Amino acid sequence: MNVFKKDKKQISIFVTAGYPKLDSLNEQLELLESNGIDFVEVGIPFSDPLADGPTIQATSEIAINNGMNLPLLFEQLHDRKSTLTIVLMGYFNPIISFGIDNFLNECQLLGISTVILPDLSIEIYERYYQAKFESKGVFPSFLITPESSNERILKTAELCKNSFVYLVSSNATTGGQSNFSNDRLKRYAKIKEICGNTPMFIGFGIQSSEDVEKVQSVSDGAIIGSAYLKAVGKGEEIEYLNELR
Amino acid sequence: MQLKAQPYTQPDDLGFYGEFGGAFIPELLRPNVEELDSAFRQYCSQDDFKLEFICLLKDYVGRPTPLYHSKKLSKKYKCTVYLKREDLNHTGAHKINNALGQILLAKKMGKKTIIAETGAGQHGVATATACALMDMECVVFMGEIDMKRQAPNVKRMEFLGATVIPATSGSKTLKDATNEAIRYWINHPDAYYLIGSVVGPHPYPEMVALFQSVISQEMRSQLLEKTGSEFPTKVVACVGGGSNAAGAFYHYYQEESVELIAVEASGLGLKSGKSAATSFLGSPGVLHGSMTLLMQGEFGQVTEPYSISAGLDYPGIGPLHAHSIEEGRTKTVSVTDKEALSAAKSLSQNEGIIPALESAHALAALQHIEIKSNDIIVINLSGRGDKDMKHYIESK
Repeated sequence: MNVFKKDKKQISIFVTAGYPKLDSLNEQLELLESNGIDFVEVGIPFSDPLADGPTIQATSEIAINNGMNLPLLFEQLHDRKSTLTIVLMGYFNPIISFGIDNFLNECQLLGISTVILPDLSIEIYERYYQAKFESKGVFPSFLITPESSNERILKTAELCKNSFVYLVSSNATTGGQSNFSNDRLKRYAKIKEICGNTPMFIGFGIQSSEDVEKVQSVSDGAIIGSAYLKAVGKGEEIEYLNELR
Repeated sequence: MQLKAQPYTQPDDLGFYGEFGGAFIPELLRPNVEELDSAFRQYCSQDDFKLEFICLLKDYVGRPTPLYHSKKLSKKYKCTVYLKREDLNHTGAHKINNALGQILLAKKMGKKTIIAETGAGQHGVATATACALMDMECVVFMGEIDMKRQAPNVKRMEFLGATVIPATSGSKTLKDATNEAIRYWINHPDAYYLIGSVVGPHPYPEMVALFQSVISQEMRSQLLEKTGSEFPTKVVACVGGGSNAAGAFYHYYQEESVELIAVEASGLGLKSGKSAATSFLGSPGVLHGSMTLLMQGEFGQVTEPYSISAGLDYPGIGPLHAHSIEEGRTKTVSVTDKEALSAAKSLSQNEGIIPALESAHALAALQHIEIKSNDIIVINLSGRGDKDMKHYIESK
């Protein structure tokens, strides 16, 4: 059973753990659950987030300064009341530092089966980590881009059959200007087709409910990060979620 | 240029040197890195490429750089000390070797825009120089704090025609300039990213080490001429990311009789919390696309290092060095700010050579290593000290 496979189009939100306040996470999870969000990506803040634009960089920096770290994040998740599906997203270094075995054990205890590690490539994962992850029932979701070859997409979809394929809307860092032209949407649809039974979500640069509708039409759902965090920064997350409905 | 594979200089198919290296990059960067890797494999072993590179090193850079027998240092340490004079290169340091190698590659790839990161500005100046020569647009990322600390180099880069963009994220220094350069590269895949040290995702460490290997290649023939043997007993080089050390060690890794000594900056002292001695204080981690030894806090956040020498205060180290250190092939020594300043003063007043602060760390290491009278030691004098005069004058 793949929890990301549903009969409806979905919306996922990315939040940075420890932002805006050190203990904001559980409030955020409850808010997102009560607003019908399908699953949440919880970002593990890192000092050097390579694939992220200014918004997520800034939230990471604030979260780290607030005192957020991986052991504390796990503690907060153990205390969560929300039953929302959680996906952990983080750069590899804090996980290496925590210990990969410890990390996988915590995921297992928390019932987290999907992680996104954007700087861990498929090739390195397969050679060094796959056996370990799978023995703990943890399955990464890997990123692809519209420029990825069909062969690469197929391979990624196969590897993500217990999680989902994360299609980056364009080959650019997070929070950029979205451009969902018809040609783009056609390419997404083609990628969705190649993914077959593996759920496929689209993220990066999705801002408005219009964007969400467009990408939902050619995927299993939309993932929103920077736009939501911007709203959180202004204390306008409830308004933002209302807009999405 | 010799392209023969050697242990420590030739990573495996995924770019690993032992457990270090690889390409830990977001999928967004994969096409860029793959394009680079295939161009590197295609062009850099071709004879016309090698010839063009060698001619530029000779006629433009002024190579070979002398191997100078320092009688004063030899007398002081009761052995034979040679200085490999990389400070006499055009632009005043070894950085130009790599900048020219990569710019030739960029040209072959049809690139028009070059991006680079720089800490103190030495690599930025070398890149801006190479870009001026090759009619390329040059964009250099530099930490906002470093831009203030190294204002003359900013002016030099701009005078050479480069655009300098301040990195305002994170700690606003070299590590963040590197992040910004990589992000820019993700968003501008048509640009060529000219990395300045043996760091970054595969194939950068392998490629930069190769372009710097001319240093040890020359050492071998120069030593043969002067001593009758290509092999010294020790080679000493400073290490930040480690490009001059990679070049100085490259053709000696296989010769076990040659001791390789990497000198790290311990700043105000190894235990002071103000240091950049990665191999002493670091642990395995991933930064800027490769697994390496990394200075980091308890929870895996990368630490901002400190050294008086801007070229050595990098929180990581090239993965080939991390591997060679872990294997015991390369030994490490750490040198404080104070020791480096004193070694710089001594070389200036005894030999009439003002070394860069980075190179002064390598000089100062002599007092920390065991020396026998039959030792033949080559110190890689990676750069000249013009840029450091302010520190030298203030420390008087």
